[in-house]
Amino acid sequence: MATYSTNEFKAGLKLLMDGDPLTIVENEFVKPGKGQAFNRVKLRNLRTGRTLEKTFKSGESVEAADVMDTEMQYLYNDGEFWHFMVPDSFEQYAVGKAALGDADQWLKEQDVCTVTLWNGEPLSVVPPSFVEMKITECDPGVRGDTAQGGTKPATLETGAVVKVPLFVEEGETVKVDTRTGEYVSRV
Amino acid sequence: MSDWRPQAGPARPHRARLLAEVRGFFARREVLEVETPILGAGAPLDPALESWRAEAPDGSRGYLQTSPEYPMKRLLSAGEGDIYQIARVFRGGESGPRHNPEFSLLEWYRLGFDHHRLASEVVALIHELCACVPGWQCPDPSVRQVAYGELFRRELGLDPLAATSAELARVAGARGLTIAGELDRDGWLDALVSLVLAPGFPPDRLTVIFDYPETQAVLARPCVDRPGYAARFEVYWGDLELANGYHELTDPAVFRVRRARDLAIRRARGQEQPLADPWLEPAMEAGLPDCSGVALGLDRLLMRLLDFDDIRRVLDFPGGHA
Repeated sequence: MATYSTNEFKAGLKLLMDGDPLTIVENEFVKPGKGQAFNRVKLRNLRTGRTLEKTFKSGESVEAADVMDTEMQYLYNDGEFWHFMVPDSFEQYAVGKAALGDADQWLKEQDVCTVTLWNGEPLSVVPPSFVEMKITECDPGVRGDTAQGGTKPATLETGAVVKVPLFVEEGETVKVDTRTGEYVSRV
Repeated sequence: MSDWRPQAGPARPHRARLLAEVRGFFARREVLEVETPILGAGAPLDPALESWRAEAPDGSRGYLQTSPEYPMKRLLSAGEGDIYQIARVFRGGESGPRHNPEFSLLEWYRLGFDHHRLASEVVALIHELCACVPGWQCPDPSVRQVAYGELFRRELGLDPLAATSAELARVAGARGLTIAGELDRDGWLDALVSLVLAPGFPPDRLTVIFDYPETQAVLARPCVDRPGYAARFEVYWGDLELANGYHELTDPAVFRVRRARDLAIRRARGQEQPLADPWLEPAMEAGLPDCSGVALGLDRLLMRLLDFDDIRRVLDFPGGHA
C-alpha cells in the first residue's frame, strides 16, 4: 500500500480517504515557531466533485489513491454508456453519465480525451481543449452587422450551444475552446 | 528556465532600509551588535525544531543554527551587556507562504528587563520602524495585550492548564476544526492558537500574548505570580506570528530537567536525536544574569510592512530556488 507523508503533499497529489479518491488542490503549512506543525489542505473528491478542507498533523501519512490519467479515443454512445478506447492496447472502457458530467457536449467520435481511472474505473473525462464541430442550427446572419461584433447562438452537432459572430452560417464548421465553451474561429 | 532570476526585486531596497533602521534603533539604545557562529557542534533538543545537519568531507559534523540563542547567552554569562544580532537561521521541514527553510532572525537580550518590559520594546521597535518610510504599513497604535490563560477562558471557555486533550479536541471540533493524526495536550493547544484563535486576531493591530503554559516554556522562567505558567510572550501582527520572547531561565537545574524531557519526547516520537549543545549548561552554571530575550522574524516583518501575504515575495532566492 503506497502512502504519502504530509511533507510530500502538493497540488495534484491523489489520496484515498474514507474510501473516496481525492486530489490536493492546495496545501498550506502552518506552524507556530515553538510548536506543533500542521498541514491545512484543500481537497477535491474526484468521485463527487465536491471540495473539502482537512487539517493534518504534519508527519502523518495518507494512503495514495491509484488514480491515473489515460489518453483515450472516444468511440460511440450506446444510449447509456459512452465508450472509449486506449489506442495502444485497444482496451475499451464504458463511462456512465455521472463520471462524464458535462463533457458529453464536446465529444466527437475519434477525438482523443483524457480519462481519469481509479482502480481501473473511469472517474472523469476531460475533452480536448479545442474541438471542431459543424453548426446544425442557427439564424442567418444579418448583412452589414459584421463590423459591430455582435453574436448569436448556434447549435452544434453534439447539441452544445455556443455564441458565434453574426457572419457565421449554418452548415459551417467552427473551432471551440471546451474549457470556456467559447467560439474561437471558423475552420 | 528563467528560475535563476531573483524574485523579490520590489522588496529588495526595502529590506536594505529595514536592516539599516534596525541597526539605528539599537545604536540609539546602546545595544551592541554581535556575531556568533552559524555552524555549531550541537543543536537544541526542542522537539518543535529540526536542525539541518552539516558534514565536511573529513567527517567532521555540526548543525546549522535554528537561532543564535545559545552562543548569545554565553556572551551574557561572560559579562557582555545588552546585545543584538541579525542572524541567518535554518529550520528543517519548514516551507510555505509564511515559512522558508532559511530566514533572517533579529534576536536581542536586555539585562534587568522582565518579559513585559521587553514586549513593550518589541512594540516600540515595530512602531518606530514602520514610520521610517512613507508607504510602509503601520499597525494600529493601540496594542492588544492578553494573558494566554485569559485568551483561552474568554474566547473558548477553557482553562488551558486543566483541559484534557479530549476537551480541547471537542472545543476545536465545535469551531469546525478536526485534525487527522494523534495530538497530545500541547499539540491541541497549538492547534487552537494557530488555527482557531490567531485567524481571529484584529488584522491591523499588534497582539501580545504573555505567560504561556509551563509545558511550553522552552527557556522561559516559571512565573512567580501565575503557577503553572512561564514568563514567555509572543507578538503577532494580525494573525502573523512575528516574535517570541522569554524572561530567561537562569537556573541550570531546571534547564537540565527540561532538556531531559525534550529528549524523552523526541525518543517517544521517533524523532532524530541531535547532539546536545555542550556549552550553554556550563555558561548557566557560571551565571546567566537576570535578563529577557526575544527573536523576531525580519522577513515576516518586511511582509507586513509591504502588505505582502507570501514570504517568497520578500526573498530573492526562496527555498527551491536557492
